[in-house]
Amino acid sequence: MTHSMDRTLVGLTVGFAVVALLGVFVLPDWLLSQTLIAFSRALAVVGLLVLWRTGLVSFGHALYFGLGAYTVAMLGRELGITEVLITLPAAAVFSALVGFGLGFIIRKYREIFFAMLNLAFSMVLFGILVKTESLGSTDGFSVEQPTIFGLGTDDASVKLIALFLGVCAVGWLVAVLVHRYLGSVLGSLTTAVRDNEIRVEYLGYSVAEAIHGKYVMSAALTGLGGGFMALALGQVDPESMVNWTVSGELVFITILSGPGSVAAPFIGSLIFELLRTYAYELVPYAWQLIVGATLLLIIFFLPGGVWSLISRLTGRRDAGRPESSRPESSRGEANP
Amino acid sequence: MNLALTILVEGLGYASYLFIVSLGLTIIFGVLKILNVAHGAFYAWGAYFCAFLIGEFSAMGVSDLGTMIAIPIAALVVGIVLGSAIERTIIRNLYGRDEVLIVLATFGLFLVLEDVILLLFGVDPYFAFQPTYAMPGVQIGGIYQDGYKLSMIALSLVVGIISWVVLNRTHWGKLVAAIIFDSDLAVAMGINVRRVFYVVFVAGAVLGALGGAYIAPTISVAPGFGVEVIVLSFAVVVIGGMGSIAGAAIGALMVGMLRAYAVLQWPEIELFVVYAVMAAVLIFRPEGLFAPAKARKI
Amino acid sequence: MKSMKYATAIGAGLAAALAMAAPAGAQDTVSMGVVSFLSGPAAGPFGVPARNGAEMVIDAINSGSLPAPYNTKGFAGATIEADFLDEAGGNTKQVAEYRNLVQKRGVDVVVGYISSGSCAALAPVIDELETLTILAICGTPRVFEEAPRKYSFRTMAHATADNVAAALYIRDMFPEIKSYTGVNQNYAWGQDAWRDFNLTMNKVMPNAKASDKLQFPKIFAGQYGSEISALALDDAELVHSSFWDGDLEGFIFQASPRGLFKNKKVLFTVGGTAAYRLGKRMPEGLIIGARGPYGILVRDRDTELNKWFIQTYFDRYGTYPSGPAYQFGQAILATKIAYDKAGAAAGGFPTQAQVIDAYTGLEFESFSTTVKMSLGGGHQATTENPLGITYWDADAAEVAVKDVKFYPAECVMPPDGETSVEWIEKGMSGAKC
Repeated sequence: MTHSMDRTLVGLTVGFAVVALLGVFVLPDWLLSQTLIAFSRALAVVGLLVLWRTGLVSFGHALYFGLGAYTVAMLGRELGITEVLITLPAAAVFSALVGFGLGFIIRKYREIFFAMLNLAFSMVLFGILVKTESLGSTDGFSVEQPTIFGLGTDDASVKLIALFLGVCAVGWLVAVLVHRYLGSVLGSLTTAVRDNEIRVEYLGYSVAEAIHGKYVMSAALTGLGGGFMALALGQVDPESMVNWTVSGELVFITILSGPGSVAAPFIGSLIFELLRTYAYELVPYAWQLIVGATLLLIIFFLPGGVWSLISRLTGRRDAGRPESSRPESSRGEANP
Repeated sequence: MNLALTILVEGLGYASYLFIVSLGLTIIFGVLKILNVAHGAFYAWGAYFCAFLIGEFSAMGVSDLGTMIAIPIAALVVGIVLGSAIERTIIRNLYGRDEVLIVLATFGLFLVLEDVILLLFGVDPYFAFQPTYAMPGVQIGGIYQDGYKLSMIALSLVVGIISWVVLNRTHWGKLVAAIIFDSDLAVAMGINVRRVFYVVFVAGAVLGALGGAYIAPTISVAPGFGVEVIVLSFAVVVIGGMGSIAGAAIGALMVGMLRAYAVLQWPEIELFVVYAVMAAVLIFRPEGLFAPAKARKI
Repeated sequence: MKSMKYATAIGAGLAAALAMAAPAGAQDTVSMGVVSFLSGPAAGPFGVPARNGAEMVIDAINSGSLPAPYNTKGFAGATIEADFLDEAGGNTKQVAEYRNLVQKRGVDVVVGYISSGSCAALAPVIDELETLTILAICGTPRVFEEAPRKYSFRTMAHATADNVAAALYIRDMFPEIKSYTGVNQNYAWGQDAWRDFNLTMNKVMPNAKASDKLQFPKIFAGQYGSEISALALDDAELVHSSFWDGDLEGFIFQASPRGLFKNKKVLFTVGGTAAYRLGKRMPEGLIIGARGPYGILVRDRDTELNKWFIQTYFDRYGTYPSGPAYQFGQAILATKIAYDKAGAAAGGFPTQAQVIDAYTGLEFESFSTTVKMSLGGGHQATTENPLGITYWDADAAEVAVKDVKFYPAECVMPPDGETSVEWIEKGMSGAKC
């Protein structure tokens, strides 16, 4: 167990270090900016991954994504706080608090009801934001230039590199912590809950509390991702931060990435971002078609996500299914 | 008084097309246990095809009222052709897989179908207003309401009654009821579940397309307009109880009335009041207001 | 050993994903991104005519076939290579796409943007990325009023002009109006439009009262049955609307059978775009503007440039040019003039800084009107602004406008340095009407 954890830790560290170095010395600005956007979203996807390991999928995590993004944007606009060491943690904490509150209700739900209740909550926030004129309604508003340790910059490339390194560092930290959590007793309840709730209860653990904890964690991560996204884009608006299609996108990337590893969301998000950019550039009227078709192909032919492909290519046949098997196969229902 | 009447008429009008669309969604869920996001695509396809046909018929010299024949044609063609194609190629291969994964697959399908519309029908909005101009306005509550909206309310009543009769008074309806109740048992009893699934999916698709086709003459049929109806019909179905026809009717009425009241009296809450009610129903009565009976399994 | 494989898996995955790309770039030509709605409800009435107008003017500039004095080839001699992009998808997506356009494709200049939302969101990003960007249509005055901008220009008047002109037109043509209401989209565009119109009405027609049940439906909502009922129930005599895109046409189709246009005066500040598209279905007696002297409102303006524009557009696209075609054409033309002027001064192909200098405060004769870049420190254009009333011209079998009144730029826009709201609230001091 410890042995396998160490391997992933080394992998994550080397992986993120390589990306950070590539980013600073090799990659052009636009690719840096896309990686920044992709990794911001990946933080949220890690949050969804934690839930997915429990067999729960939320169609409403745009709620926390939007809360995080708007928290960062509003701290700058209303209170003049642009310090990222304050705004980003605030985004995570605020989302976590909301997740904690709603968690008391949501933790009782499973499957489609869990998905739907999250959807309903996120759509309520969407409706409120769209109708709030002081927050720019449909337009949203611009995010103030961020500062770190009180320092800001007018140079777009410096800001981009700083944010990029920031998201790499936070991404690494999140990946490592979540990985350790999933390996811990509390974390491994995740899979146990998915497989058999009653058995978990007999072991003396409260399923509701375990799920509640994971829910808060995923809310915090998604809020953090939203906060980074607001900084990366310099703009927040309800349509691209809170609408149900955003939730759909997050779930999509989760499936695309596969549940195999905490590194998968980062790779999956990057692929998604590039797929979308190129699809949009090559066939502007059919980029949704390409994205949608990719989703179908993944579901049918690559149920372990991109991660299973990568681990197969690098020679680790079982790496696609570490710790335990995938949710859908564990339900034991064969394809007809 | 005028206000109350207007809210009533607006609410009924809004509820009527939501009911037709949601009915399709709810029977598919009830029987196949699939929450079909691509239902929004049936709606959009129905609307596009109908608007396209109305334009063609009108150009051929058909009278404004006569162009309404396009509505059932569009609903049946889109529902049967597209519904069959999708059931045979995609949905069929998903039976028995994780519920949530199926939702996601239909989300992918929705994205694909949306763009095929763009490629096929172009990016320009379609206007198929002829039928609405053909029906005289009626004065209700001091203002003119269009006759078309009233005809929509009538249609939804007819659709509701037909569905009820089919499900409760025919052999097919009993098969469907048996499967909703317990599909394993139905298989054991020798019912061809596959066939029933197919027919129900196509019927649901026809209803989705019918909702779109009927609304088409009153709106600008433009890319992306199927997006909102998906979550709205989710809300209707959740409020009423997933898989229940009476539930779809009650859910649609509630959503329609709430929205009409909000627009006319309290515009700030218009966009979220529906979802707030949806959340409340899930919290206090998660099976919906009219949950279908469930088999008790030991 | 195993850990290395794991590391390779993660590292290789990330690196492989990053490697799927290649940069681009070339000079001697000017690469231009032209952004307008190519899909969605705004495409047909706005995005497509806008793109057509831009495309036609770009081709004419590349072949040197614009009427004199603009008949030199290219931008300061350089051929324009234009890429047409879609504005649909929301502000945040547009910000991301704009970054791609500048950083990935490395375009020299960006022309376009129809929605006020796009422009408000892009304004800070444009200055951050330091690339010349011409905002062609979007209306919100906030862009150049809330901060000085360096790299962006707007070559048509902002929305305040539309709504001040509209209020003046009501005062001049319908002085008996006692009450009015509004239906506008719930974002910067609609909210600003209503605010400017209402404030101006308070000044010029103090006896007319605004309704307290204003409608602000979501943009691209598509269905307005309830809003139409609310307007019909309202006692107000006049309805103000800044609807545009497919929403405008949808609203007209939905409101016509319900007699709204018979029972109330309805003012559409952007109604011009619907006129040619709706033809006989365009109700008579609507008060329409076109966001300035463009489209149907200048159909019979008899200048060489205007005749060329209408004829060439009609021959190429089979329909008369509406406002967006003019407005995008004007943005391209303005950019050519700035490049040419900067090139002549520099004695060669100009740098971006030289073009920006030449652009600032530019005054030129456009296809249908005189344009002065006189607000926002020389970055925001002012033009005159007309309104008229629709009728069906049975002889020509097409929609036409009558009672057209032109309000001069100095009458409907604030002086430089003053924001629109301040100016209107102070009674529009200094307005030359």
